[in-house]
Amino acid sequence: MGIVWNLFKEVFRRPLGIASASVLLALYLAAIFADPLAPYETNAIDLDRTYHPPTAIIWGEGGLRVQAYELIDPTEALYQVIEGRSYALDLFAPGFEYRLLGLIPMRWHLFQVEDDAGPVYLLGSDSTGRDVFSRLVFGARVSLFIGLLGITITMVLGFIVGGLSGYFGGRVDFVAMRMVEFMMAIPGLYLLLALRSALAPHFASDQMFFVIVVILALIGWAGTARILRGMTLSLRQNQYVMAAESMGQSPLVILRKHILPNLISYLLVAATLSIPGYVLGEAALSFLGLGIQEPSASWGLMLSQAQDVKVFYLNFWWLLTPGFAIFVTVIAYNVLGDVMRDIVDPKMQTR
Amino acid sequence: MIAFIFRRLLMLIPLLLAITMLVFILMSLAPGDFLTPVKAQRDVPAELIQAIETEFGLDRPWYVQYYKWLGNVLQGNLGHSWAYKLPVSDLIGQRLWATFLLSLSAFVFSWIIAIPLGVLAAVYKDSIFDRVSAGLAYTALSIPEFFLALLLVFFAAQTGLFPLGGATSIDYDYLSFGGQVLDRAHHLILPTLALGIGSIASIMRIMRANFLDTIRAGFVATARAKGLRERVVMFKHVLRNAINPLISAFGFTFSGLLSGALMVEIVLQYPGLGQLMYQSILREDQFVVLASVMLGCIMLVVGNLLADILLAWSDPRIRLENKK
Repeated sequence: MGIVWNLFKEVFRRPLGIASASVLLALYLAAIFADPLAPYETNAIDLDRTYHPPTAIIWGEGGLRVQAYELIDPTEALYQVIEGRSYALDLFAPGFEYRLLGLIPMRWHLFQVEDDAGPVYLLGSDSTGRDVFSRLVFGARVSLFIGLLGITITMVLGFIVGGLSGYFGGRVDFVAMRMVEFMMAIPGLYLLLALRSALAPHFASDQMFFVIVVILALIGWAGTARILRGMTLSLRQNQYVMAAESMGQSPLVILRKHILPNLISYLLVAATLSIPGYVLGEAALSFLGLGIQEPSASWGLMLSQAQDVKVFYLNFWWLLTPGFAIFVTVIAYNVLGDVMRDIVDPKMQTR
Repeated sequence: MIAFIFRRLLMLIPLLLAITMLVFILMSLAPGDFLTPVKAQRDVPAELIQAIETEFGLDRPWYVQYYKWLGNVLQGNLGHSWAYKLPVSDLIGQRLWATFLLSLSAFVFSWIIAIPLGVLAAVYKDSIFDRVSAGLAYTALSIPEFFLALLLVFFAAQTGLFPLGGATSIDYDYLSFGGQVLDRAHHLILPTLALGIGSIASIMRIMRANFLDTIRAGFVATARAKGLRERVVMFKHVLRNAINPLISAFGFTFSGLLSGALMVEIVLQYPGLGQLMYQSILREDQFVVLASVMLGCIMLVVGNLLADILLAWSDPRIRLENKK
């Protein structure tokens, strides 16, 4: 594990590495602690306040206050500031019940408003009056963890197939590589759509998360397997592998103890650089209405609800924030991955 | 060379067989078939449904259906689309043209902008221009295409400068020829931007790296030593060699032609192949799905082949026969 530890130490020595890692850390912390962070539940519908603009937070009467708005024209969802009227924003106040980390029952939230005073929408509300900010942090759970889970499956699968075929060669290698070529010959999005239409009806909508993870991993493993095969092929020429073989170690032990440690830094870099693909894959599927289903929230699903003529013409820009969240995640992973690659393999450095 | 091309094309046959079989299995796993909506309509007589079921072997297991379909395809009959009530070949022909137009314009747009930018960034390496363009390219590569498309629709709705979707206006048929061309071009601008911005960034980065690699070559030093003007060295010696690897990128562009535009076509409601594929999967319009997946795979293989051939043509040092 020394290699991994050194890699992380080196990442934190570079400004870009620190910046991207802390952005990602903040995003994942927000996802994990979505309950205390969000003022509302994902499905707190308020049909009297649809398409509410983001509420301004002002300072007054010795504390933070929320600006009050009134609805002028329901057909165009036109809201206007009521001059001089605002209500208190209570920090660390009780709200809806939840279980912290799924274990500890709690009621505390970072901020809340009195129920009858008015709403607090940091990023406005959507077509059914749900708080976009709350949905954004809850959606982060789905959108961010699909990437981590998917890449883990892909890497394990890729390592097993690539490692075995590189190690054994011959017939195993031939069959595995033809399979890989087959997978890579199908346009990814097409395969995604076909797999999803075949698999989805056999699962309930709350299991959709895992169906998507499996689909994305099924598509992704081939490329990883091919590269790992090539690396294993050259690693197994080393004398220490021959030594291990002559000592009678089994192939699996050799793969795990002698080959894997040499691949680990490559695996980490490749994983970091391919997670954006999974985040985007989930977003695209949910955006097409084929991924995460209501009432759950995910960034792609939220964006698909922004695909409404009303949103475009009446300038409800806050409904596009999930897109910016995806963008920030992708760019943070890309930067982190590039920094890691420069450390692991300085020759590949982008000049 | 010809043997090489022949061998690669021959490899398409088992590939297509395996892929269509996979699609058949996947589609038979999904409940219902393309007749489900037809059955729900009361005015369709039961005998007709029965007849169709026997004709396409829908009451039989998937391998019988597959066999029947394969027989038809080999005779040049791709089947019939139920949702569109058209032969699949006609339908795909219409959509292919639209997608081709879009990909071509995105391609031209991105290359025309990316090549000069990449060259400038390399010539003025480490200047402010280089840094700014590198940063912009990084940003452009990280924006999801469909989000960019969504932003463009938003922009179009706010300014009213561009149509919100489609490939033509409602009054397209009544326009003069020049008007029709202009109308199509007008509708192409937003999808082209959505598709092209990402590839501008990637082509620019490749171009810059190639250029920097070539500048260090021995023949560049020779050219400078001969006393040639810097401009001649840069454009006659460096550029020509640096652009070589990019020629193969042309082939890859071709291979990504179909699946690449899928999300953009859906968001911008552009009636191309990607949108057709998506809708027919939702409607279980089996034969359309099969035909478009096949087409997508053929384009992928042919595109990769094209990339190899172009590379060999532009750079005689590369011998295809030795490549495996």
